[in-house]
Amino acid sequence: MDINLLWIPLLPFLGFLITGMLGKKIGNKSVNAIACGLPILSFVISYAAWSRLVYEGTELHWSGFPWIWIEGLVEIPFALHLDGIAAVMCMVITGVGSLIHLYSIGYMKGDPGYHRYFAYLNLFTTFMLILVLGDNLLLMFIGWEGVGLCSYLLIGFWYEEDANCAAGKKAFIMNRVGDFAFLLGIFLCLAHFGSLDMSTLTDATAISALSAETLSVPLLGSVSVISMIVLLLFIGATGKSAQIPLYVWLPDAMAGPTPVSALIHAATMVTSGVYLCCRLMPLFEAAPAILAIIAGIGACTALLAALIAFGQNDIKKVLAYSTVSQLGYMFFAIGVGAFSAAFFHVVTHAFFKALLFLGSGSVIHAMHHEQDMRKMGGLRKQLPFTHLTFLIGTLAIAGVPPLAGFFSKDEILFAGYQQGFLMGVDSAALFWGISFLTAGMTAFYMIRCVALTFWGESRVDSSLEGKVHEPGGWIGFALFMLAVASILGGFLNVPEFLGGHATLGHFTGLHSSAAAHGAAASFSPEVLHAAEWKSMFLSLAVAGSGLLLAFYCYGKGHSLRKRFTESGVGRWLCRLSQRKFYVDEFYATVFVRPFETMSHLLFILIDRILIDGILVSGSALLTRGLGNWFRKMQTGFIPGYLLTFGCGVLLLVYMMLSLIQQGGAQ
Amino acid sequence: MIPELPSFNLPVLTLVTLTPAIGALLISLVDRNNKALLRQGSLMISCLTLLFSLLMVGNFDNSVGTMQLEESHSWIASLGINYHLGVDGISILLVLLTCFSMPLVFLSTWKAIDDRVKEFHIALLLLQTGMVGAFVSLDLILFYLFYEAMLIPMYLIIGIWGGRERVYAALKFFIYTMVGSLMMFLAILYLYQHAGTFDLPLLLERLRTTHLLDENQQFWLFCAFTLSFAIKVPLFPFHTWLPDAHVQAPTAGSVVLAGVLLKMGTYGLLRFSIPLFHEAAYNLQSLMCWLSVIGIIFGACMALVQTDIKKLIAYSSVSHLGFVVLACFIPNVETITGAILQMVNHGLSTGMLFLMIGIIYERRHTRELADYGGLAKVIPLFTIFFLIAVLSSIGLPGLNGFIGEFLILYGVFKVFPLWGVLASTGVVLGALYMLNMVKKFLFGPLVHPENQKVADLSPREILYLLPFVVMMVWIGLYPAPLINMVKPTLSLYVEMLES
Repeated sequence: MDINLLWIPLLPFLGFLITGMLGKKIGNKSVNAIACGLPILSFVISYAAWSRLVYEGTELHWSGFPWIWIEGLVEIPFALHLDGIAAVMCMVITGVGSLIHLYSIGYMKGDPGYHRYFAYLNLFTTFMLILVLGDNLLLMFIGWEGVGLCSYLLIGFWYEEDANCAAGKKAFIMNRVGDFAFLLGIFLCLAHFGSLDMSTLTDATAISALSAETLSVPLLGSVSVISMIVLLLFIGATGKSAQIPLYVWLPDAMAGPTPVSALIHAATMVTSGVYLCCRLMPLFEAAPAILAIIAGIGACTALLAALIAFGQNDIKKVLAYSTVSQLGYMFFAIGVGAFSAAFFHVVTHAFFKALLFLGSGSVIHAMHHEQDMRKMGGLRKQLPFTHLTFLIGTLAIAGVPPLAGFFSKDEILFAGYQQGFLMGVDSAALFWGISFLTAGMTAFYMIRCVALTFWGESRVDSSLEGKVHEPGGWIGFALFMLAVASILGGFLNVPEFLGGHATLGHFTGLHSSAAAHGAAASFSPEVLHAAEWKSMFLSLAVAGSGLLLAFYCYGKGHSLRKRFTESGVGRWLCRLSQRKFYVDEFYATVFVRPFETMSHLLFILIDRILIDGILVSGSALLTRGLGNWFRKMQTGFIPGYLLTFGCGVLLLVYMMLSLIQQGGAQ
Repeated sequence: MIPELPSFNLPVLTLVTLTPAIGALLISLVDRNNKALLRQGSLMISCLTLLFSLLMVGNFDNSVGTMQLEESHSWIASLGINYHLGVDGISILLVLLTCFSMPLVFLSTWKAIDDRVKEFHIALLLLQTGMVGAFVSLDLILFYLFYEAMLIPMYLIIGIWGGRERVYAALKFFIYTMVGSLMMFLAILYLYQHAGTFDLPLLLERLRTTHLLDENQQFWLFCAFTLSFAIKVPLFPFHTWLPDAHVQAPTAGSVVLAGVLLKMGTYGLLRFSIPLFHEAAYNLQSLMCWLSVIGIIFGACMALVQTDIKKLIAYSSVSHLGFVVLACFIPNVETITGAILQMVNHGLSTGMLFLMIGIIYERRHTRELADYGGLAKVIPLFTIFFLIAVLSSIGLPGLNGFIGEFLILYGVFKVFPLWGVLASTGVVLGALYMLNMVKKFLFGPLVHPENQKVADLSPREILYLLPFVVMMVWIGLYPAPLINMVKPTLSLYVEMLES
């Protein structure tokens, strides 16, 4: 059977059109069937395409039609391509996506914007699939901005709240800042590679042909073209994937419905920056200096977000910062050349983070839209199933074996360890240290989150007493499926030293370390395996101590916590964490407000005063002055008028004659 | 793509140009109280014009880059003025844009204009003849006549059917543009004196083969032409007439002004200023590019602080057309293709935005953002259409706006990275002011009880908005037919400038 790739994004798009245009008329039941059915169908096709790839080895291609096409100058087709990475991403998007669609049936029940919600969700799925399948950078950019649009619409889904709209707007504009760099990167690619096709951009000969070319950039001096492209694309990725300095939109994005946070702001969209890096791996590998920057930004983002997560009391904010932190991990992995580990973490993170978000959604749903963990506690009794699945998600993200997060995080940390200590790159060693610490912190703040929500004494408002029930239905189903995926997901890519085959890595063809493509001397398997064991024990130890410390702090006797938070330094640190290190305030004072003030000033000074006031009205006054002067000539003396009239006529006649003469002369 | 139509040897361009004017004559015979007939009649005439313009497209050969469908008759032989019409890749899309928007504009005024309906429709029809005529004229005097002929109906539309300060705005509009056109007229006469013809192709040929003009003369002639067009665009710092004119003009006036009239400026630059005096254009390149880039950023900053929706969109035009002017002065095939598409796209998106503001103005009689908020709940359909127009305007990939912007910015970036980077900031700023506006306008809590009962789009309104949406999606996803239409002309054009 022939599989047309176009169907994969087209089906959810049809769902968007139908639910969007007819949703009100056809009723909620039909909306459910269409809006959930079509993405599931899309999953089935993705699966079929994936199995074709596995069993027959054929990469599917849809050649489409010319899009922005000026013969010989700019040739950008609308074409789709499915290789290993894209196939896995498609399965994750449609698979996790479909589960979240189903979950939403329960979660959004009774909302007045029910069909609008599903229309947006389907549109999001469409754009995400275009992003993944697009065969050139610009088509990917359609998806890239398209998912940003859907994110904007869904964050501001409950638009009657001013704060939600502000959050949506912030997300879109921050992303646009990143996209500005992305677009410049695209221009550079097109100008130097002459094409935006993925096959050209990842072509080794094309890249090596360009490696000697340089650009002179103000402030940076002479930079190689490839480094500049990679840097710009990475800045684009920091917008979408919430890295320093553009991460501040993601926590605010939690204003949207919780399933949206799970799908867009955890499992899929925010990982598209990582996907971009994986997609263009050969290009990124050709710019080692930028990779070092990426590793640094990734590790620092991971640390900063984890520090902020300590002080958050909103359950979704904790998860949001943990997402930022995990994305930081992925970029750290990219930076140390472990593309396969980064991609593996994208997949496992999609499972356990979607699970955690949906679990928090289940809590929030049961608690009648209460998100403050200080008003929860002891929910284990009322929500046993949610508690169990949430705990699975927590242990998975903390890196407890054999859950999904353990394998992927271990691979990332090992890649850092390898580059830092085996290959002796100092910066990598430093960033490994940061990531290593963060692993322990992750375990700590996630247990804090579970403890505050599910354990200990109930702090639930008395008005909710007896009303808190397990949601069940589709909500339960989605939680169950994702819990299974979070337990088993790690086995997709069990490393060889543990007896696995690194299946995912081989399937996608991504490199697992900088050494893998010959950037440095390769090591004997014995040395590598010894290091791998060492690294694994280290990461287990740090995760374990994070867990234990958290149990100790948030368990029964919490004198340690009290002593810490009441000490001077402790209080100061808590405040800093709670206020998110004042980054939002910093941006507001340094960028936003000065820009607004400047615009106001320019409007008044230039448009109102200089142009309209002085130049335009000034010339009007001048004209009036001249008019007054001319008026004095209107003496009422008829011969005077006649004289002027006569002169005028003579002048005109002269002009006409000279014109005719000219015309005749030609 | 478009099937070959039988050629009847009709003077297609004359038909497209003069049908509205003849229609205006017919309309003038209709009883002024028979408003329905006036409205339907004008709509029919503009539809007929659209049909003729499609006939023009059918007879247009995509593989040829020179002037096509030419008509040339001696008109005032003693002065060497000819009735010379023709289209090529530069003008054909603009003619189409004009003929496409007019029926929709007529449809939009059915309720908005109830006073002096007859005169209003006559003015609009004459305006259309002026616009189309200016786009297809190949004789400088003929062009000038049409160019000026647009001014009067527009002046009347603002001055009679406009808002409270319509007289001030109309006068400002008139004087601003008149100053420019006078300069141009003098320049045309001067040119005639030296080159001995008003005929554009002939003039280009003569200027290219013989060095008729020295550098100084070129400079002054270029300035005279460019001033006139720069005011029309409007290019920073000649833009302050635009916000006032837009705010005071009735909806139809704003739509035509933003949709088509402003393009007369950029079209003029492409058709006259740059090819006729390209050495001067080359010498002044950096000045013009700086003005455009400043215009892009400055216009966006101004749009950010406006409280009147129409003013906001007027300033966004300053920003968006800055891209086009920038493209005109860094001519390569990419930028000019982008410029032409951007003209069409800006006509579509801004035209639609003005139409929609007209719709809401009819219901609430205010344009202040502070008087709105939370409308999305009351008028969901309106919100969807408005969002699409906004997204097209901020250049969301997949919609039309992106194609033009991408080509322009890429073409500029390729040659002058600095200007490319500076201009690209307009993309971020565009999202900023537009989404700010959307938030204040449509989202948030519904604070004004007056807004509770605003009616959603009527079928007639959907009927004239839908074609815009269709065009936006079509151009956004499949611009190839349009690019193919303009490409041969532009290859020749760029070759000519480079030689």
